[in-house]
Amino acid sequence: MTKLGGTPTMTTRIFGSGIRRREDPRLMTGQADYTDDIRLRGMVHAAILRSPHAHAKINSIDTSAARNAPGVLAVYTGADTDGVLNPIPCAWLPPDSDIKAVDHPAMAVDTVRYVGDAVAVVVAESRYQAEDALELINVDYSALPSVVNPQAAMASGAPQLHEDAPNNQAFHWVVAGGDADAAFAAAAGDPQNHVVVSENIVQQRLIPNAMEPRSAVASWQSAMGELTLWSTSQNPHIVRFLCSLVTGIGEHKIRVIAVDVGGGFGSKVAMYADEMLATFCTMQLGRPVKWTATRSEGYMSTIHGRDHVQQVEMAATKDGKITGLRATVYAGMGAYLSTAGPGVPTILHGLMYSGPYEIPNVKGDIFGVFTNTTPVDAYRGAGRPEATFLLERMIELLAAELDIDPVEMRRRNLIQPFEDGHDVSTGLTYDSGNYQGTLDLALQHVDYPALRKEQTELRSQGQYMGIAVSTYCEICGLGPSQVAGAVGFGGGLWESAIVRFYATGKVNVFVGTSPHGQGEETTFAQIVSDELGVPVEDIEIIHGDTDITPMGWGTYGSRTTVVGGAAVVLSARKIKEKGKALAAHLLEAAEEDIEYEDGKFFVRGSPDQNKTIQDIALMANVAWNMPEGMEPGLEATTFYDPPNFSYPFGAHVAVVSVDADNGHIVLQRYVAVDDCGPQINPVIVEGQVHGGVVQGAGQALWEGVVYDDNGQLLTGSMLDYALPKAHLLPNIEVLSTVTPSPHNPLGVKGIGETGSIASTVTIYNAVIDALKPLGITKLEMPLSSQRVWQAIQQAKGA
Amino acid sequence: MLLVHFLREELGLTGTKIGCDTSQCGACVVSMNGSTVKSCTCLAVQADGAEIATIEGLANGSELHPMQEAFWDNHGLQCGYCTAGMIMTAVEMLERNPHPSSDEVRAGLEGNLCRCTGYQNIVKSILAAAEKMDGHAHNDETGGHAHHDH
Repeated sequence: MTKLGGTPTMTTRIFGSGIRRREDPRLMTGQADYTDDIRLRGMVHAAILRSPHAHAKINSIDTSAARNAPGVLAVYTGADTDGVLNPIPCAWLPPDSDIKAVDHPAMAVDTVRYVGDAVAVVVAESRYQAEDALELINVDYSALPSVVNPQAAMASGAPQLHEDAPNNQAFHWVVAGGDADAAFAAAAGDPQNHVVVSENIVQQRLIPNAMEPRSAVASWQSAMGELTLWSTSQNPHIVRFLCSLVTGIGEHKIRVIAVDVGGGFGSKVAMYADEMLATFCTMQLGRPVKWTATRSEGYMSTIHGRDHVQQVEMAATKDGKITGLRATVYAGMGAYLSTAGPGVPTILHGLMYSGPYEIPNVKGDIFGVFTNTTPVDAYRGAGRPEATFLLERMIELLAAELDIDPVEMRRRNLIQPFEDGHDVSTGLTYDSGNYQGTLDLALQHVDYPALRKEQTELRSQGQYMGIAVSTYCEICGLGPSQVAGAVGFGGGLWESAIVRFYATGKVNVFVGTSPHGQGEETTFAQIVSDELGVPVEDIEIIHGDTDITPMGWGTYGSRTTVVGGAAVVLSARKIKEKGKALAAHLLEAAEEDIEYEDGKFFVRGSPDQNKTIQDIALMANVAWNMPEGMEPGLEATTFYDPPNFSYPFGAHVAVVSVDADNGHIVLQRYVAVDDCGPQINPVIVEGQVHGGVVQGAGQALWEGVVYDDNGQLLTGSMLDYALPKAHLLPNIEVLSTVTPSPHNPLGVKGIGETGSIASTVTIYNAVIDALKPLGITKLEMPLSSQRVWQAIQQAKGA
Repeated sequence: MLLVHFLREELGLTGTKIGCDTSQCGACVVSMNGSTVKSCTCLAVQADGAEIATIEGLANGSELHPMQEAFWDNHGLQCGYCTAGMIMTAVEMLERNPHPSSDEVRAGLEGNLCRCTGYQNIVKSILAAAEKMDGHAHNDETGGHAHHDH
């Protein structure tokens, strides 16, 4: 039996060791405090009435019966919050895109624009009373016509959502590199030597489904004019910043706490109206107010992901060299622009149109479109799965057209290995890559020729086995801040870390990032332990409380270890420098004669003359004998702004079988070879890959939001929205190569999103490959048995 | 009042989580008279006189239950929100079948959703716990196996 807080065995270097996670004991025993677990003295409960209409005028709202219901303290509507709460801001406005940042009121005032739009909030002594009172509110609506498909929303005659956004166009953003039009004209002019393939691709809308529903506890201390807000957020410092803009409370008077958060996958990045309504209520009533979404409520009111309609063309020479890519994308934004929504199909999508390939000529016309649906924002991968899908699908079509093996097709276009910078046509400079390396490892691992042989044999027996191989590269580790500003991101993208030694040699590390399942309480401790020789159990990582932690922009875009980890290691190195100077003083030696190894400072050539880091911590904290001019304490702060993004990459393989009698797909094997540079904790890295791959598989095989033509959310609960389950999945085979990032102090790249970026299209391509003998080249996602069976029936009938 | 609300709101036992409102997710699984139930689908009055075990009662003081230890050893959790339900389900699973195959474990998790782990390390954790608790459970979790039991 292991005792809680037990010591992991340290046999090798701690950096790179798959030690058990330090956060797990509280999470496994029920001792963690997620937001809904918070209970405060005098706390009351809010419930929010949401529009049942996708688009309607509000004629009147009668709250009198609800106000008189048992336990009800107050009922507020948009008339109460209008002018008190500022609109919920969109914080990513891509430049040169004619973006219409329409006002998003915290509660609808005269018009509702999607099913789920907040209309009224009830506060009562108990949750049950608040929910019951919602039933008593009578809203008189006049329904208006609605539109849910982003392409249809831009057609003439479509219902209009916002006066300021004609044709429902939220923005039009263009990515261009080289001369795509010339490349396609050249291909058209020389059909002997060129080929062009085109395809319409639908990236269906998804619901992120973090297991913890969103929740907020807002507590206003009127005497001090201070707000404490527990919030299910991936970025509490951004919540503090935006909360001050919405409420007018000074940023220094707001404390946001998000320590234990039950998953996010992007859905807890956005600033939501609901948290601001809880804040409004506590300020009105002077009592702490809790609001927690039910799952079905979350399906309407928490952001959705993807929702692209893509029209894509790819041109190539007949020997398989890609010469150009053109895309027109209609990206559904929902009824309002969510916090980072517009950045997702533009910066995080269009700039990745070259992927891991040399594509000299690229053009993308990206239209952000308002529809009468839940707002769309970042969902695991955020723009990059949609870019990878488009590229990997088009390359597959090219390979089929040219009758070149799809792997060979990729090889002919992959960027050659590079260690320090490679420019692509979209204007990005990738940091480092060896795309062939991951591809070779993947093919070797699965024995690709043998797989193809097995496929041929099975096909001769009338069985449908499909194989697909993808190569991908993605952009993550978001900063640098200068680029953030240039691409319209309304904040910085740096991170900070304070490493603080106490007199007893124990260490707190305070970080601005806000992990919520990714395990940085462990990986950050490993970084510090590795750098300073302090056992990991003597190091505690503190995050998620804006009153305690230094400023940081949060956990998303696979940036926590890349940017936040860099801040941690640089602070640890500063500690080492100060320790060296203090050790020299205490050992009466010259600083240049002091060496450091494994937590000890010693005089070169005399290892017995030494001071441990713990000795130094004690002496620095008591400060009895400091060198002239040296400040007391052993603490270092770093504000780290990365010089570039990081670009992890890899090669994935999917093997599927399709039962032609019922359309049922079995994912037989999934192999992920990823390169995120050196791995601080390979067990955690592997876990990130597992989860990402399975979420991507969900998009390919099971998941998809369905709205009817009237904007009703038909997939309104977990009963109707199919999530991946254990028995539907094989074990994911995870391998890796190591190509360090040249610009990151740890050499690391992000790994949180790679799985979902690569797996959707890999599985999709494998299913299409399985059905090749039937001539099926396209299917709508998710690839339900019914859809596949119908396509097979049609193909057989034809 | 639902049992899960009684546990969380009246008794302050917040280790049991609420992840959905349609009995899909299994975050609220507790043991009632030795059998697992979804405490969101059970009224508190139905539990009158019953013996309820929640995640808070699983460890013996600071000594973890072997299932908790297996989840810790095998990275069987990430955000931790589904974990209480997973562990309570897994403990009962092994009581009913001390030697499950990986397919049986996966099938046994039919009523529990996890969005972080892709289930792989949860399955691995449960198989490891079975081995540790029994000493001779067969482990066929070798990777790349297809699962046809839908």
